[in-house]
Amino acid sequence: MADRTMTRREWLLSDAPQSRRQARLGAAYQGWRTFRRNKLAMLGLIILVLLVLTAIFAPWISPQNPYAQNLANRLQPPSGANWLGTDALGRDILSRLIWGSRTTLFIVGTVALVAPIIGLFIGTVAGFAGGWVDQVLMRVTDIFLAFPKLILALAFVAALGPGIGNAVLALALTSWPPYARLARAETLTIRRADFIAAARLQGAGRTRLLIGHIWPLCLSSMIVRVALDMAGIILSAAGLGFLGLGAQPPLAEWGAMISDGRNYILDFWWVAAMPGLAIFVVSLAFNLLGDGLRDVLDPKGAKE
Amino acid sequence: MEPPQGGQPPSALPPAGMTPPGRGHSSAMRRRLVKIGGIVLSLVLTLLGLLVVTFVIGRVMPIDPVLKVVGERATQAQYEAAYQALGLDRPLWEQFLRYVGDVLRGDFGRSISTGHPVADDLRRVFPATIELATLGTLIGVCVGVPLGVIAAAKRGSWIDQVARVVALVGYSMPIFWLGLMGLLIFYGILGWVGGPGRQGIIYDGMVPNVTGMILLDSALARDWGAFRDAFSHIILPACLLGYFSLAYISRMTRSFMLEQLSAEYITTARVKGLSETRVIWGHALRNIAVPLITVIALSFGSLLEGSVLTEIIFSWPGIGQYITNAMLAGDMNAVLGGTVLIGACFVGLNLLSDLLYRFLDPRAG
Repeated sequence: MADRTMTRREWLLSDAPQSRRQARLGAAYQGWRTFRRNKLAMLGLIILVLLVLTAIFAPWISPQNPYAQNLANRLQPPSGANWLGTDALGRDILSRLIWGSRTTLFIVGTVALVAPIIGLFIGTVAGFAGGWVDQVLMRVTDIFLAFPKLILALAFVAALGPGIGNAVLALALTSWPPYARLARAETLTIRRADFIAAARLQGAGRTRLLIGHIWPLCLSSMIVRVALDMAGIILSAAGLGFLGLGAQPPLAEWGAMISDGRNYILDFWWVAAMPGLAIFVVSLAFNLLGDGLRDVLDPKGAKE
Repeated sequence: MEPPQGGQPPSALPPAGMTPPGRGHSSAMRRRLVKIGGIVLSLVLTLLGLLVVTFVIGRVMPIDPVLKVVGERATQAQYEAAYQALGLDRPLWEQFLRYVGDVLRGDFGRSISTGHPVADDLRRVFPATIELATLGTLIGVCVGVPLGVIAAAKRGSWIDQVARVVALVGYSMPIFWLGLMGLLIFYGILGWVGGPGRQGIIYDGMVPNVTGMILLDSALARDWGAFRDAFSHIILPACLLGYFSLAYISRMTRSFMLEQLSAEYITTARVKGLSETRVIWGHALRNIAVPLITVIALSFGSLLEGSVLTEIIFSWPGIGQYITNAMLAGDMNAVLGGTVLIGACFVGLNLLSDLLYRFLDPRAG
C-alpha cells in the first residue's frame, strides 16, 4: 500500500500508481486540473450548476407565480416590480423563465444521454464488422437520417398529441444517426491500423477490439459532437415550442415564450428577447463546458 | 476519374497484406460493376425504407383522411364510398404497394389546403428553399473553411479566439430568435434589407420563371432591378443560415486540421524545408478534404430542413413553410410528399458523401 505520509494530492499525482484504482483516480484528477485551467469552461460549468439549482429551487426563488395573469399589468417594460417585464397576459417574465429552466433541463438531459449511446454502438459495429452488417445498419441509419428532424418531430407530435414527452421522444429518435455515421467514419479509417492488427495478433476478439480499442478512439469526436449537440437539442426543443408543438400552455417553455412575443416584437421587444437570451446563455454554457471537456478527454487534440 | 483503389471489396475485412492482386482487366471491370450495382441497390432500399416510414406515419396519424375529403356532416353512405374510393378497405400491404406506385409516377395526391396536386406545389416551392440553402452553404464554406484552417494553424492567436467566439455564438443562438432580432434591426429600424418574402410587390411576377430561383431568373433575364430586389430579400435569411453553417464548418475544419497538424508527415514536410503555407494549405488541408466534404454535405442537408424555422420567420415561400402549414392544417398528402422529397435529397447527399469518401480516401478502402 501507499505509505501514509503522502498527501492525498501526491497520492493522486503519483508517477507510479500502485493500483488500477489509483491510476484511474489520478487520471481523473489530472483531467480536472486541466479542466480547471480553462476559465471559460469553468464559467460554463458554473452557469449550468446555477441552472440546475434554479430548476430545483424554482418554487422558492421565483418572485411571482408564473401562471398568475394580470391583464391590467400587461406588456410592462422591465422595472423594479417585474425585473424582466411582463408578457401579453401580464405574467412576470422572470418567474416564467425560472420555471422554464425545469423544462429545458428535462429535455436536454434525456435526449443527450440516449442518442449518442445508440449512435456510437451502431456506428462502430457497422464500420468494424463491414459486410452485410454494415450495409443493413447504415441503410437503417440513412433512413432515419433521411428524415428531416423537425418534420419527423411534427409528425410524431401530430400522431401522439402535442406535449413535452413526445417532443423528447421525437428528438431522441432523430438525433442518433449523425453519431452513428461519425463513429463509422472514424472506425473505417482506423480499423486497418497496425495497432488493431497487433491487438488481433495477440488474440483479442472482435468485441474486445471494439470496446477496448475502437470506442476510446471514437470517443473524442463523439464528445465534440455531443458538446455541439447539447446546445442543438435545446435549440431544437425551443424550435418545437416556437411552432407550438412542444410544451403546451400555460406551462412555461422558453421557445413558446418567444413565439408569444413574436407579435409584439416591434413595440415590446423584451417579451421575445428575454427568453431568447435565456436560451442563448444556457446553450453557450453547454458549449463552453463541452469545449473544456474536449480538451480534457481528447488526447489527440490536447497533445499538440 | 480516380484509378480504382486496389481491388479490395469495400466491405469485407481482409487481413492486412492479404489482398489478392488484380487479375486482369475484365475482373476489375466486373468488380466495379458489382460495386455500382450494390450502390444502386442500397439507394433503392433506402428510398423504400423512407417510403415505409412515411406510409406508417400517414396511417398512424389520428387525422381521418376520409373526413378531410367528405367533411364533418357526411352521411354514413358517403363516408363508406369515400373510404372505398381512397382504397382504405384494402389490406395494408396492398395500400403500400399502391402508395409506392403513385410516388414512383410522381403522384403525391392532391393537397387539401391548396387544392393543387402536391407534386405541382412542391415544384413551385422547392426552388425557393434550394436557393436559400445553397446561398447559405456557399457563405458557410467560403468563410468557414479558411477561418477553421487559420484558427488551427495559428492556435491560440487572436484569430483563433475570434473563430472560437463566432462558432460558439452561432452554436448557442436560437435561429428563429436571431432571425426575429435581425428582422427588427436590419428591416424595422435600419431599413437596410428587404422585408419578409422573396420579392418586393413591384417585382412580383415580373421575371419569367425559368429555374424558379429568382436570383438566377432575374440574372438570366438581365433584369438587374429585380435582381437587386431579390438579393435584398434573400441576403438576411441567407446570412442567417450561412452563419449557422459556418459555425459548424469552421469548428469541424479546425478540429480536423489540428489532428492532421500533429501528424508525423507534417513534421517531415517541415523538416524538408517546405514553407508553412504549403504545409498547411497543400498538405494538411488536402488530407482533411474527405471528412470536410462529408461535413459540408451534411451541413447542406441540415440547412435544407433547418430552413423550416427561418422560412416561417421570413415568410419565405419554401418547402419548410409549406410542410409546416400543411401539418397544422392536417393536410397529410402535402406533408408526406414534402417529407419524401426532402428525404430523397438527404439520401442523395449521404450517398454522394459516401461515394466521395470511398473514391478519395484510400484508407477507407
